[in-house]
Amino acid sequence: MSLASRDTMLLTTPFHSRVAAMCDLNDWGNWMGYTTPNAYFDVELEYFALRSTTGVFDLSPMNKYRVTGPDAQRYLNRLVTRDIAKLGINRVGYAIWCDDDGQVMDDGTIFRLGESDYRICSYQRADDWLAWNTLGFDVTIENESDTVVGLAVQGPTSCTILTLLGCTDLNQLKPFGMAHYTFEGKPLMVSRTGFTGDLGYEVWVPPESAEALWDQLFELGHDYLIKPIGGSALELARIEAGFLQANTDFMPSEEVVRVGRTRSPFELGLAWLVDFSKPLFNGRAALLKEQANGSRFRFALLDVHGNKPAEHSFILKGDKQVGTVTSAAWCPTAKANLAYAQIEMPHGAVGDELVAEIYYQRELHWTRLLAPCKVIEGPIFKSAKRWQTPAPPY
Amino acid sequence: MTDYDAVIIGAGHNGLICATYLAKAGHRVLVLDGRSEPGGCASTREFATGFKVSDCAQWFSQFDRSINKDLNLDGAGLKLSNAKTTISLQPDGDHLTLDGDHIAGAGVDPVDQAAYREFRKMMQRFAKLMTHLYRGRPPKLVEHNWRDRFTLMKLGLGLKMMGREYMQDMMRIVMINIYDVMNEHFKHDALKSTIALDAVTGTNMGPRSPNTVYSYLHRATGEFLSQTGTTQVIGGMGALGAVLADVATKQGATLQLDSPVASITKTDDRVSGVTLDSGEAISAKLVISSADPKTTFRDLLGYEKMEVGMARRVEHYRSRSGTAKLHLALSSLPQFTGLTDRQLGERLVITPSMDGMERALNPMKYNEISTQHTFDISIPSVADASLAPANQHVLTAIVHYVPYAPDMGWEAARPQLLTTLLAELEVYAPGIGSLVTASELIVPSDLEASHGMAGGNWNHGELSIDQALMMRPFPGSTQYATAVDGLYLCGAGAHPGGGLQGLPGRNAAKEILKRGALS
Repeated sequence: MSLASRDTMLLTTPFHSRVAAMCDLNDWGNWMGYTTPNAYFDVELEYFALRSTTGVFDLSPMNKYRVTGPDAQRYLNRLVTRDIAKLGINRVGYAIWCDDDGQVMDDGTIFRLGESDYRICSYQRADDWLAWNTLGFDVTIENESDTVVGLAVQGPTSCTILTLLGCTDLNQLKPFGMAHYTFEGKPLMVSRTGFTGDLGYEVWVPPESAEALWDQLFELGHDYLIKPIGGSALELARIEAGFLQANTDFMPSEEVVRVGRTRSPFELGLAWLVDFSKPLFNGRAALLKEQANGSRFRFALLDVHGNKPAEHSFILKGDKQVGTVTSAAWCPTAKANLAYAQIEMPHGAVGDELVAEIYYQRELHWTRLLAPCKVIEGPIFKSAKRWQTPAPPY
Repeated sequence: MTDYDAVIIGAGHNGLICATYLAKAGHRVLVLDGRSEPGGCASTREFATGFKVSDCAQWFSQFDRSINKDLNLDGAGLKLSNAKTTISLQPDGDHLTLDGDHIAGAGVDPVDQAAYREFRKMMQRFAKLMTHLYRGRPPKLVEHNWRDRFTLMKLGLGLKMMGREYMQDMMRIVMINIYDVMNEHFKHDALKSTIALDAVTGTNMGPRSPNTVYSYLHRATGEFLSQTGTTQVIGGMGALGAVLADVATKQGATLQLDSPVASITKTDDRVSGVTLDSGEAISAKLVISSADPKTTFRDLLGYEKMEVGMARRVEHYRSRSGTAKLHLALSSLPQFTGLTDRQLGERLVITPSMDGMERALNPMKYNEISTQHTFDISIPSVADASLAPANQHVLTAIVHYVPYAPDMGWEAARPQLLTTLLAELEVYAPGIGSLVTASELIVPSDLEASHGMAGGNWNHGELSIDQALMMRPFPGSTQYATAVDGLYLCGAGAHPGGGLQGLPGRNAAKEILKRGALS
């Protein structure tokens, strides 16, 4: 996994030989230092594989940290804003963590593997932050980024394909649950988690199982129209499903150098992840203060008129600029032109009517468009399959 | 209803002073200490039958006189000796004496004598300016608070009023080291190293370490705070502790000794009291700690009860000390070459040249025992016969530089260091070794254990600009309040720092009262 590719100077994942073989467009991107495909054959078709059949996405560049030791739970509870004590064994929780100023550093998932055994899966490298947090706690942190690799297997036929792979009774697994199997004599863990807002799983194996896992998935999934998907298709799906992306929708607070560019959980619409019934967590004092005094920004989902994605647009209220767009896409399944925006308080409440100042170019001709938009509540793509147990057969 | 309005951890001078001011204002105050005697570092102990030493602080020179006046310590029985002359011992017996603006002996020439007067004048201007800053809460720079702005304005005005030359000089030298400043002013080696000793006493720094001009000025403020000169407390430093305890209890504070605090209790977002080693829980509106910041936050509160940024600040707070104490019981008055018997009661210092001091520092940096040291010697029994049996004497010396944890371990290092120190003294006081009937070496880890000071640092943390003023002990926990609601600091780890000034205790009490934190 740590071998640099001859072509790109970037690292490649253990799936790379298979990924490269299927990457017809040869369209590569740099995801946190790894060579990963933006698209394999066609962004729209890849996206529709996610929504109609199954898409496979190589998750390996995500950072994984194992947290073990008698104080593991107390440690995590001080680290993240939600209450980890409520997370049962073989359950997964979405969490964010803040610095002492209550500004979001990163988001990720926390897997509870045993009584005092957890895995953090994060977007950012967090070795230093996790190490500093051990002061006063009896825990061991191990970076598992190179020893655990994963594929997101997402879409309506995903449960069927994984069952064929040998994941018995997978349809009984509840959302955010975990199940353990063996694959060719090695451990394989499946979690019912994902970034697409639909039925889907993430499959975790040691790197030596990677190529065989890929091969078998695509062989068994052939009749169920399994397709590899790249970063662009996933981006469409996650915007439609209402998920935030670090470095896109917020800046990890440790990476920020300019004053005022960080965001608190409240400013990202993540208040539901902040549990003040916990006596202490990083950022608690600052967030209590913010709760009392008010936030600077509001995170808003915008339904934008027309079909031009409001990428990087200014958001206006009358003549006044009150915000900017962080993510935007025309969402094919929801058939909506969606944008995520950071809006200065007090604007941006649900129902607020604003204007997106959109610039787009056709054949070197730039057009400025003032598109009316409205703040809507909640994600626009909602799939019943995401929450159904047993997972519906296909 | 809480058991007390305020629980103060530590019956050191700062804890007792803080308690007295708060009790005087009508609050119910409990002072807890694990030791059997009040006073903390202002303590006196019989280390051999009939021989008593001030086993931590030995000189009384910086105590703020406004506290003395407010609490009427003189009326309560505080007695001081006459002011001491500093005599810098030379191997040939031609010693250098420093007394106010006057220096003499050891071949010091009129040029250096004039330079010394000019240097003193300049330092006094700087120290006087700092004294104003020391008597109030340190101003924060970024928060828009009118009191802080006023303090900063006064400071700026004070700087300007010194005149362009002094202002430029102060801004220039305050960040550099005493070694360079000495070489700018003087030719005389012993003069330079004698002044440099004042810059490094109690610290982990050598003359060439940055911040040593600041630490020198910190000590120099004593001249304005105290106006007593360098003196000794009659009855030993413990007598100061006893007087302060007496004053505190007379004002209505409760003093509970032999009661080590095991932990500070935090309920929800607030500190709500303390638990003793005995298991007894005591509730209070405020807990005010005169223990050092590391002990307070790391050991008593616990890292797991604070946000991680604060835990890191505490962990990185520098509180090592290179300072040890040597105590000798002497069967008779020792003979120092070139000194009269009367002069033995003065402050005697042994400082190798500044380069020699740096060489003494080097082994300490690598956890080794040095072969040369600096001594700051008091023979308190000369002025106070109560400290030793008739016609016998007791010697106490502050010694630099001693490692916190020598690689060879203290069991092996202790006798070796003692032998080295006695041999070094023998050069200036031939035959002193034969008078020694009992001896004791207090190394930093001993001070840590006996007085509950992390690193054995009696300043409760290095005196350096990055840990001073609005950054003492660290950002987020300044102006006596801490990042944890209900927990205040009133010890030397708070502004303005260590040195038996009493100001952290006084300032903390005033700040707490001004904020109405107890009402």
